[in-house]
Amino acid sequence: MSAMDLLLWSRGPGLAIAVSIFAFGVVLRLFEIYSLGRKADLAKPRVNTKACAGATVWRRMLPDMHILRRSPITYVAGYLFHFGLFVVVFLYAPHIKLIESTLGLSWPALPSALVDLVAVLTLISLVVVLVNRITDPVKRLLSGFEDYLTWAVTLLPVLTGYMAYHHLMFPYQTMLALHILSVELLLVIFPFTKLMHAITLFISRWYNGDIAARKGVQS
Amino acid sequence: MSEPDKSLFDLLAQRGVSRRGFLKFCATTASMLGLPPSMSSAVAEALTQAARRPSVIWLSFQECTGCTESLTRAYSPTIESLIFDAISLDYHHTLQAASGDAAEEARAQAMKANYGSYLLLVDGSIPLGEGGAYSTIAGHTNLSMLKEVAEGAAAVVSIGTCAAFGGLPMANPNPTGAVSVKDIVQDKPVMNVPGCPPIPNVIVGVVAHFLTFGALPELDALGRPKVFYGDTIHDRCYRRPFYDRGLFAKTFDDEGARNGWCLYELGCKGPTTYNACATLKWNGGTSFPIQSGHGCLGCSEPKFWDGGGFYTALSTPIQPVTGAAVTAALAGAAVGAAVAFGNQSTKGKAKAAHTKVTIDDLEKA
Repeated sequence: MSAMDLLLWSRGPGLAIAVSIFAFGVVLRLFEIYSLGRKADLAKPRVNTKACAGATVWRRMLPDMHILRRSPITYVAGYLFHFGLFVVVFLYAPHIKLIESTLGLSWPALPSALVDLVAVLTLISLVVVLVNRITDPVKRLLSGFEDYLTWAVTLLPVLTGYMAYHHLMFPYQTMLALHILSVELLLVIFPFTKLMHAITLFISRWYNGDIAARKGVQS
Repeated sequence: MSEPDKSLFDLLAQRGVSRRGFLKFCATTASMLGLPPSMSSAVAEALTQAARRPSVIWLSFQECTGCTESLTRAYSPTIESLIFDAISLDYHHTLQAASGDAAEEARAQAMKANYGSYLLLVDGSIPLGEGGAYSTIAGHTNLSMLKEVAEGAAAVVSIGTCAAFGGLPMANPNPTGAVSVKDIVQDKPVMNVPGCPPIPNVIVGVVAHFLTFGALPELDALGRPKVFYGDTIHDRCYRRPFYDRGLFAKTFDDEGARNGWCLYELGCKGPTTYNACATLKWNGGTSFPIQSGHGCLGCSEPKFWDGGGFYTALSTPIQPVTGAAVTAALAGAAVGAAVAFGNQSTKGKAKAAHTKVTIDDLEKA
């Protein structure tokens, strides 16, 4: 199989398979979560709980100084790599083109040199959080196989994308194919691991905000 | 077709090419091949020595003659085409005067006289379907002719993407069962000079290299000479700064297109295409596709006909994914509903089996 064969497979059947597994898994998980069911709260809520729920979804994206002081490395590196992932995934021109071709949505891209810089910062922060996870005795105790697996499949697309952009190690076609395949791996395991938090965070924050507001508490 | 006793320089002089012009050509060829300036005299010496001019046999199989057109017409009547007249090009369908038995006789003679030392150039793919009946020459299938001629060749050069990688004839669904030269010839050095067609200077450059050093230049993993196929079009493109700044033409006639912005979004395959178009250019260095406003088709890469649409961006899927995704999501919903039903029934059973703890039970404990 030549590099071009691999690239064509990753852009064709490979992508279709990965996206299908992703869609299957995400819908399945959402059904599972929502079908657990909650008893209807018949008490009259004190405030507009929907607005509070929305505010909680947003508020928990913002930095909290208290937690920053307690766990600065997790906090700074964690924020950095999440922000970095957002930039490299959604603000790089070829990626926007991919989204446009599949979903029809489009927005302006950032200059690729800037995205490149953000990719480097993302990689550094991912390495920092891993080192911190291994060296911190409590975090190491709490970490299992899934934590290292999700870390690796998050790192790989950024790393291979960076290497493809800079023509490192392999010819561009091979590296681009590996980059696309690494993203497909991410899509495949996403619904079945804690990577699913990228979707469920909205559900759980909404629920927490809603239930707290019913009780007159800000969450 | 040539006059074997005369040196190349004499032949060129006859056609009005000055010594200065010839040496300039040698220096250009040497620098194009990435050789130090001092090597230009070696190139000149090799090209002017009649004794070292090998016989060249050119076989045309499933092709469109575009590669020959590229070589002979784009530069005509410059030094490059004269070089090809001047080397002993003993067999070439389009260029030779002889036809029929006389042509085949010329091939047989050239093979006999130069057995083991002639250079074999091939354009076009080789059909294997129906016993090779899709393309025959003088009653021979392309396959048998290639095998026969390759046997006595010093080296084989696949000119054009069809010979190098199968090209258009091999594109899905490959009705003739076409294969590349390298699929057939495995016991000889084979160099691929892909392109649809290849740049004339590249064809001449690699032949000049063979004449000068008696060997093929350094090749990449796909058998292409690294000097010409070492960089992607994208990396050498004069529009690259626009890509880096995120400035893209959205249609072939918008402001971006008129400002010469990057053609990535219009389907340019420059990033995955290794060729020298952006540096050597075409028609005597005049222009190349991207410069004239059209994206690169990726013609020097394997399977370029099967790599998705020419006008869809490189980062987009080459087959639709929406249908598969929607089907998968519906399947997920169905399985999810089944799981939900199972969970509810578990919950119901647990509820039914639940017994209340009375104060008596607690006192007992």
